[in-house]
Amino acid sequence: MNEKLVSLRYRYWPDHLLGEILSKRWTETAIPVIVLIAVAIVFSRAIPGFLTPASLADTARQAGEIGFVVLGMSLVIIVGGIDLSVGSMFALTDFCALFCLDILNWPVAAVILVTLAVGGLLGLVNGILIGYFRLRAFITTLITLIVYRAGYDLLILDYSNQIAAAFPDLPSWNFMGGGDLFGVPSVALVYAAVAIFGHVFLTRLRPGWHITAIGGSRRSAYNSGIPVRRTIAQCYLASGVLTAVGALFFAARLGTVGGDIGVGLEVTVLTAAILGGISLGGGKGSVAKALVGTLIVLLITNGLTTLSAPGGVNRMVLAGILLLAAMIDIRWVKNRYRIISKVYVSPTYHAMPPVPSTAADSGTAFALNDRLREVSEIGLGRIEAPEDVILDREDNLYAGSRHGDIIRFFPPDYERMEVYAHIGGQPLGMAFDRRDNLYVCIGGMGLYRITPERKVEKATDETNRSLRSVNDDSRLRLADDLDIADDGRVFFSEATVRYEMHEWPVDGLEARGNGRIVCYDPNANTTRTVLRGLKFPNGVCVAGDGQSILFAETWGCTVKRYWFAGPKTGKVELVLDNLPGYPDNINLASDGNYWLALVGMRCPALDLAWRMPGFRRRMAKRLPIDEWLFPNINTGCVIKFNEQGQVLESLWDLGGVNHPMITSMREHRGHLYLGGIQNNRIGRYKLPGADPDFVQYDVRWGRRA
Amino acid sequence: MKRPRLTQQNIVFAIFVALFAVFSIFLRGFLSADNMLTLLQNVAVLGILGLGMAVVVIGRGIDISLIASLAVPPGLVLEMVQSGHSLPAALGAALALTLAFGLINGWLVAYAEVPSLFTTLASGLFLAGLGQVAFFQLDVVQWSPALDRLAWLGQGGLAGIPTPVLMFALASAAVALFLRTTRLGGFIYAIGDNPYGARVTGIPTRPVIVLQYVLAALIGAFAGMVMAASVNSMPTRIFNSTLIYDVILVVVLGGIGLSGGRGGVVNVVIGTLLIGTMLNGMTILDVSYSGQNLVKGLVLLVAILTDSFVNPRNEETAQQGDI
Repeated sequence: MNEKLVSLRYRYWPDHLLGEILSKRWTETAIPVIVLIAVAIVFSRAIPGFLTPASLADTARQAGEIGFVVLGMSLVIIVGGIDLSVGSMFALTDFCALFCLDILNWPVAAVILVTLAVGGLLGLVNGILIGYFRLRAFITTLITLIVYRAGYDLLILDYSNQIAAAFPDLPSWNFMGGGDLFGVPSVALVYAAVAIFGHVFLTRLRPGWHITAIGGSRRSAYNSGIPVRRTIAQCYLASGVLTAVGALFFAARLGTVGGDIGVGLEVTVLTAAILGGISLGGGKGSVAKALVGTLIVLLITNGLTTLSAPGGVNRMVLAGILLLAAMIDIRWVKNRYRIISKVYVSPTYHAMPPVPSTAADSGTAFALNDRLREVSEIGLGRIEAPEDVILDREDNLYAGSRHGDIIRFFPPDYERMEVYAHIGGQPLGMAFDRRDNLYVCIGGMGLYRITPERKVEKATDETNRSLRSVNDDSRLRLADDLDIADDGRVFFSEATVRYEMHEWPVDGLEARGNGRIVCYDPNANTTRTVLRGLKFPNGVCVAGDGQSILFAETWGCTVKRYWFAGPKTGKVELVLDNLPGYPDNINLASDGNYWLALVGMRCPALDLAWRMPGFRRRMAKRLPIDEWLFPNINTGCVIKFNEQGQVLESLWDLGGVNHPMITSMREHRGHLYLGGIQNNRIGRYKLPGADPDFVQYDVRWGRRA
Repeated sequence: MKRPRLTQQNIVFAIFVALFAVFSIFLRGFLSADNMLTLLQNVAVLGILGLGMAVVVIGRGIDISLIASLAVPPGLVLEMVQSGHSLPAALGAALALTLAFGLINGWLVAYAEVPSLFTTLASGLFLAGLGQVAFFQLDVVQWSPALDRLAWLGQGGLAGIPTPVLMFALASAAVALFLRTTRLGGFIYAIGDNPYGARVTGIPTRPVIVLQYVLAALIGAFAGMVMAASVNSMPTRIFNSTLIYDVILVVVLGGIGLSGGRGGVVNVVIGTLLIGTMLNGMTILDVSYSGQNLVKGLVLLVAILTDSFVNPRNEETAQQGDI
């Protein structure tokens, strides 16, 4: 009864979502957004009409002006610097715009261009000094702050009266200052356009990634060939231009050159950036954060002004919120990964019937024997981690290696070897198609294809994104094994969508159906997920009818059958249940039956633990990872079964001297070739009574003429 | 014999000497004793503030809130005495405020791990706002006669040397002794040089960081008292000025790197002298305030540019997060 409740609770309560939501990048912005909402609620309660369209439009106008400056500052902070001179640049570009308009009487378009150019120039000075001459950003922009401000003060001494006396009445200029489209202020429209571009730029374009990379680690960025100096200089230049944009709108709105314009602006802008969660030191930040920070600062200052609070209160509130937000944000960023690592692993209930006996005298098909003791070794010490082995029609033997290569051994004795192709990731399952292309599942990379000319091509590394998944499951994380249907479609298993390849034991600890079967159609070049929610699907083999595949679920200890064609299309049927071990690859046997590797044997402790999700959760939270309970993969065997689900025989090696572990096997010309992901050799076993002319791909694709 | 190396400190010192020589030759009245004393008197408060900043910067931090400590606690003393409180009560309140302020700053930096730039930016704003709201009636707090017992802090002089200069000398000596001879001073250098290394070797890094900010606040308040006594009032709007930037320039130009662990009181004195000489010379030349700032900025720029050529940094040697 109690266990029934546990099983229901773990079936319907999505424990895994919390960890997946927390590991989303956007949750980094969660705290600033919550602060923004809280601020908005507090002020809308305290001030009637605080959130009316008119008031919002006014806020938006100021937000736009400061927002541009914050964007520039954010860019500079992300690249690992700081720009204190924005206030003075703001004042100077404001002066420049009004000087060109009021005194030189230039057309608006020219004014805009010249002002932007001046802003860029001022920023470029910073950029050259900091980017190319490697001066410290803080002290350099501090000095330019003083220099620019002094320049501005000297200039307005001569021209402020003339500018104050001029009243330019140009429709386009007025539109910039006070116009709107459908109630949205002009500045907000421009800001939105720039912000959207900025977002795409930072997250999707190469230069944006360069900026983040430099901020994250300048040295690594330099060593990987990114033009560090130029990029940094460009960021300061962009900061100058963006400041000029803000100043242009400010000039159009107010048209003044007072002595205190831009004084202390750098503090406001810095406050906005840090409130938004852009961390000083670089490498982290986004346009959304800059926007949120700007809005918080403006809502607070405007709200307090409306409440006619004295300037001191204004300062205290702003400072208090800055400190509080910085404190929470720093704690959050610092501990987020710790929290995620604690909550990400979410075990579920997984009950299995009592394990069938494998005792030597049990009389079952699993009875222990020593038939594999006579296995001979191929490539001993010369190959590492051959998860799968395969033979082509010319009797060449192929195996993957941990170094990211496909190794080829030459017949007849398989002593001579060569690197057949270098791929770069660890090759797992392999299969030849009709045209002798070798399809390989690469852990962490996806499905690749090696043509007979040894050209490595990517077949696919993504599938359709499922709507209900929080994790982005479009990328293939752990493509495991594959087989190819008669029409050329490739069916391959992806063992888990929640973990990377080296974390596969953790997926076993969860025992949730995290895996799936994916179909790649080379004719249409499409990839679709066909089955989800499988418990570590592993081996895949097209069945004798050509309309279905057999696949093994490692943690489910089952072999199932999925019809992709014919009358039963889409149906899934159980073939083997309650295996005594964890099934791995499945392959064709010469007598029409199937070979199945059991990579490890079940043990009562893990079977019991799988029925106690709470226990496993506590284990994952409280113990270091190397003390967790993991599935055993020390010993295993090869079994043969038929399509009716009967196990016919099993091949064991109790000593495990010649071939310690088994993840895969291929029958070829009367021999069984064995692969093991932790081995440094390939095993070769002479099958008594097997067809000495059996070649898998002659059977599958027909003998070549 | 050690060859003198072209460090930033030496470059700045050379510029100072050159500037001093040029002014002495071409500016009438520059080299007079009176002018020298005026020069020193004008930058004494800046120098004292520079000492406070130096303590923090050597420990790899920065204290933007120094101007708030300069303005608010001394302002509080003046205000309380003005409104009839006794002098000890006023001093006690101001001392408590200063200590609390330093402790909060230090706690935020050391324990809450908020970057010092933001901590002190915000806390300075907060203290200034607090002063405006809770303490001061007017922007300028007047020196009341009841305070004359403290007038020696800024008024008069000894053997012709104005008191603020003496106070600067006194504070320099005290800070130099603290930094160079006490164990805590050594700890500050160690933390500034390599905070993680310092922690691993068993130095109580967090309490020492708190101590830095407490010291900075106390020195700031001391500078404020000296200033108030010498000008007979406390203009609390000084917080809005760019004085803090001058303080940072004094420290950095003198050769105390913002990355911590380097430099000492000598550097502060050199930086102060350079700024003082420049400002004084330009005042005699009757350059406007903005013009002075412009020239000051350009000279500083030349100084750090020269440094960057003589002691180049590149992508390999630059420290991460080193702004």
